[in-house]
Amino acid sequence: MEAKTSPEFFKAASFCALSEEDYDALGISGEGNVLVRTEFGEIVVSAKKDEGLPPGVIFIPMGPWANAVVGRKTGGCGTPQFKGEKVEVERTKMPVMEIRELFADMKKQGGDRS
Amino acid sequence: MIIEGGIVYDPINGVLGEEMDVSIEDGRVVEESRDGEKIDARGMLVLPGGVDAHAHIAGAKVNTGRIMRPEDGRRGTEARTKLLRPSTGYTVPNCYAIGYRYARLGYTTAFEAATPILEARHTHEELEEIPIVDKGALTLFGNNWEVLECVRDGDLDKLAAFLAWGLRASRGYGVKVVNPGGGEAWGYGGNVKGIDDPVPNFDVTAREIIRYLMRANEALRLPHSVHLHTNNLGKPGNYETTLATLRAVEDIASSRDRQVLHVTHMQFSAYGGTGWRDFESKAPEIADYFNRHEQFTMDMGQLIFGSATTMTADAPLEYGNARLLKAKWSNHDIELEESSGVVPLVYGRKNPINAIQWAIGLELALLTEDPWQMIMTTDHPNGGPFVNYPEVVALLMSRAKREEELATLHDLASKRSSLPSIEREMDWNDIAIVTRAGPARILGLAEKGHLGVGADGDVSIYDINPEKVDPSKEHEEVKAALAGAKYAIKGGEVVVRDGEVVAVPQGRTYWVDASVPEDAAARVKADLVEKFAKYYSIQMSNYMVQDAYVTRPRVIRAGVI
Amino acid sequence: MIIEDVLCPFCGCLCDDIKVEVEEGRIVGVKRACRLGSSKIRGHERIRAPMVRRDGELFETTYDEAYDRAARILKGAKRPLLYGWCSTVCETAKKGILLAEVVGGVIDSTATVCHGPSIIGIEEKGLSGSTLGQVKNRADLIIFWGANPVEAHPRHTMRYSSNSTGMFTPEGRRGRKVIVVDVRKTRTAKNADKFILIRPGTDYEVISALRMIVKGKGDLIPETVAGVDKADLEETAGMMKAAKFGSILFGLGMTHSRGRYKNVDNALSLVADLNGFTKFVVMAMRGHYNVAGFGQVCAWETGYPMAVDLSRGAPYFNPGETAACDLLGRRETDAMMVVAADPASNFPRETVEAMAEIPVIQVDPFPNPTTFLADVVIPTAVCGIEAEGTAYRMDGLSLRMKKVIDSGLPTDEEVVENILDRVRRLADDN
Repeated sequence: MEAKTSPEFFKAASFCALSEEDYDALGISGEGNVLVRTEFGEIVVSAKKDEGLPPGVIFIPMGPWANAVVGRKTGGCGTPQFKGEKVEVERTKMPVMEIRELFADMKKQGGDRS
Repeated sequence: MIIEGGIVYDPINGVLGEEMDVSIEDGRVVEESRDGEKIDARGMLVLPGGVDAHAHIAGAKVNTGRIMRPEDGRRGTEARTKLLRPSTGYTVPNCYAIGYRYARLGYTTAFEAATPILEARHTHEELEEIPIVDKGALTLFGNNWEVLECVRDGDLDKLAAFLAWGLRASRGYGVKVVNPGGGEAWGYGGNVKGIDDPVPNFDVTAREIIRYLMRANEALRLPHSVHLHTNNLGKPGNYETTLATLRAVEDIASSRDRQVLHVTHMQFSAYGGTGWRDFESKAPEIADYFNRHEQFTMDMGQLIFGSATTMTADAPLEYGNARLLKAKWSNHDIELEESSGVVPLVYGRKNPINAIQWAIGLELALLTEDPWQMIMTTDHPNGGPFVNYPEVVALLMSRAKREEELATLHDLASKRSSLPSIEREMDWNDIAIVTRAGPARILGLAEKGHLGVGADGDVSIYDINPEKVDPSKEHEEVKAALAGAKYAIKGGEVVVRDGEVVAVPQGRTYWVDASVPEDAAARVKADLVEKFAKYYSIQMSNYMVQDAYVTRPRVIRAGVI
Repeated sequence: MIIEDVLCPFCGCLCDDIKVEVEEGRIVGVKRACRLGSSKIRGHERIRAPMVRRDGELFETTYDEAYDRAARILKGAKRPLLYGWCSTVCETAKKGILLAEVVGGVIDSTATVCHGPSIIGIEEKGLSGSTLGQVKNRADLIIFWGANPVEAHPRHTMRYSSNSTGMFTPEGRRGRKVIVVDVRKTRTAKNADKFILIRPGTDYEVISALRMIVKGKGDLIPETVAGVDKADLEETAGMMKAAKFGSILFGLGMTHSRGRYKNVDNALSLVADLNGFTKFVVMAMRGHYNVAGFGQVCAWETGYPMAVDLSRGAPYFNPGETAACDLLGRRETDAMMVVAADPASNFPRETVEAMAEIPVIQVDPFPNPTTFLADVVIPTAVCGIEAEGTAYRMDGLSLRMKKVIDSGLPTDEEVVENILDRVRRLADDN
């Protein structure tokens, strides 16, 4: 999808799908958010039940929310390990950041030295 | 421009080592040039620009070779200069290296041996990026569903109309046939065992496919004959298939002043024995047949020891190679049309099979009496990269060199071939024929391969004096001189000087536009409309190669009308 | 006016049967495209004008100034990275490679965060493949491995695979078996005859087990492999060998997981093994519509398909060292030009943070997170809608994309050419 700043993209890329068991175990009721954490970072995403997922596996679509918890190392092959990283998930009341918020304050001043 | 005082070999015009001037104006050879650049070629060998009639230099399988062989890319790496883009690769050079290296050898025309129609756009994208040389591509037809159906139905007119359409769709120059029928059988992992083995689902044989394609080719009066890669290529004992194929078409007459069939890289099709243990050369038998049948021509397909990348539309052969050699293997089948494979390998001097194969290529060239029936090639990069052409020339011209080489090889090269007993040494006239005049004639390129008035101003000047140097003894000098032209001239422009590229004009792309009667064309179109609707994975309107991909065309007209 | 046989500029399917209705120079209707392609063709928010960043804010400017700034950034950089190229045509790539040569930079495509591992796998083992039409006409077994075409390549199954009909496959879906291997039961899996759930990061072991069974060494395999029952594996291997024409179409599940290119290497090897028994092909489900095209152009121009370091004037290829994420990860690049891609969204955040420290030039029709980090932003025409050019489908087939409307904007190719021009003039001035 190329309309990255659109509400559709926000809906499509800022959620985390969990198995029914995991969803229930986390005590999420109705529409809730989860905080997903790895050694590389953490991110708040909205939670969804997905019966296709086995317990212990979560799915976040490719995009800047998912990438908040992906590490930079490529293991000598040029490609980071986007999938299969071990994560911790907990229920949270924190809101999901909009796409602009995700990148706010990231750009360092004086990036263009020309 | 006037090239002064060189020792010129121009066999098409009967010039055999005469000291003379060659004048070029507006890109063409003229009687006499008024003024312009003067090139002092005194004491030097002057030949028409080289013509490579068969090499795999552009298109999907070449690029597959590059992508799967980064280790090849690292060989032959040359940094960019003000004038030149970077070069990489040895067996699968990048586009720029191909153009520069041909030019340094004094070659000014090179033809891609095989392009499928569906992926011809890719072939042309690469050809466009090859600098300097004039070029063209031969279009694959031997496993195409429309061809097989026309052959099955005995419809020669429709077949001819399809060839015309296919050449236009692919902007191709001629009719290429590779392992006819076998490529279609490979669609389900099979092959054909010989020219009378029926193709599954189509109920035609290779014999019929080849005959019909040749007859259609002649009906269209195409400049080149059918260009054939035989069935059973690479298999011990396949010389029988080769001879059977030739006998099967002996009765077909050429419609033009040229051969009626060109068999390519014959080395791979001249094998005796029943397996690898009793593998032996049958080059004498093949050469003997050619000596008695002047309507056929061939090219060598000479092996060069070291790294090579086999790439061919003979996909089952490549699968076989990969299994035998436990090598990495790429395969690409093209819907309704063809299949192909790419397998890297190394030819070893002490490998008995490779040693015999090496001998066979040379035997074929030396035992075929008429050099006009022979083109020197290595089937680049299957036998070896074209940068090794000077090595092959030196071997053809020097028995001593051949003996030196044989001494370093597995002794089966001497025992299973007749090469040690061959005394013949080609002279410069022969070499001019097998590297320039012959391929030009065989391809039907009227302005190439010679230096008569009206010819393209493509000239190679080598710093070797044919009157003073004995190629038989001083083969090292021959090889060194041919490896870097003193001058290479393309269309009257100096592109190489002292072995270095000094200009990078863009060459032109030959393709053939053949006309056919409207009703035959309409019948073909109806078939194609149905095939696109039901079987192809793309729309018919997006199929043909568009003008944007052939920016400097040289169109040759042909056809029934 | 309806324009027929338009190519869709979205995914690796490169569907070429789209009908676009144009009225008064605007697109008013799109037929046959999936929702992803249709959305792109109909259009959405665009970058309105060139912009440059001053004091942390982006301000609109002229193309002239934007080209100038971009050229200065690239010329002044010691190790510039020219990245992206997946959603533009081959003609742009050609200019990009030349620009990378001239500035002595590294050129890389989105392949290195997508199917780069597939390329490396091919370098190890080669790939036994075919055009999509062969799958359509012959395949009676389709295996999607770590790929979810229902979501990512919506028309694939209808046009080319599971649900397509062809010369030897007149029954379409009924005449085929479809197997899906994935870490979750996707929508694609729901339409399969057999679904194999594997644990994340276990593709390699599962493939190895299949290879062993295929080659008659199944008795050495334990009762479960990575949580998959041996019986399931034996059934799958049996289906593979019994097929007349089998195919494995694999996606990012294989290339992004632990093992990366080794997973692909093993899959390619499995298919090579299977060719000893029956006809089998394998294909990478390329994501963007022309990431394959960049790889082709780069290979024929430099010898290598991605991650090419041109800083010494001669191409040097070493993914793990010269890929975009490697350079940024080591903070080794001091300027980045992004053409037709969105690394800010698609790179790991740590890597994006490195991007945020350096000057970034963006050439794209659409605003995206990379815009948030860019110092120079240059809007262009959308290839395949507002500009012609060549693209390569996931199976390596090249087609020409059409222009159906005018945009008044320069093409990606023209922009790269203009920047190249300025760079050369800066060099002459020195």
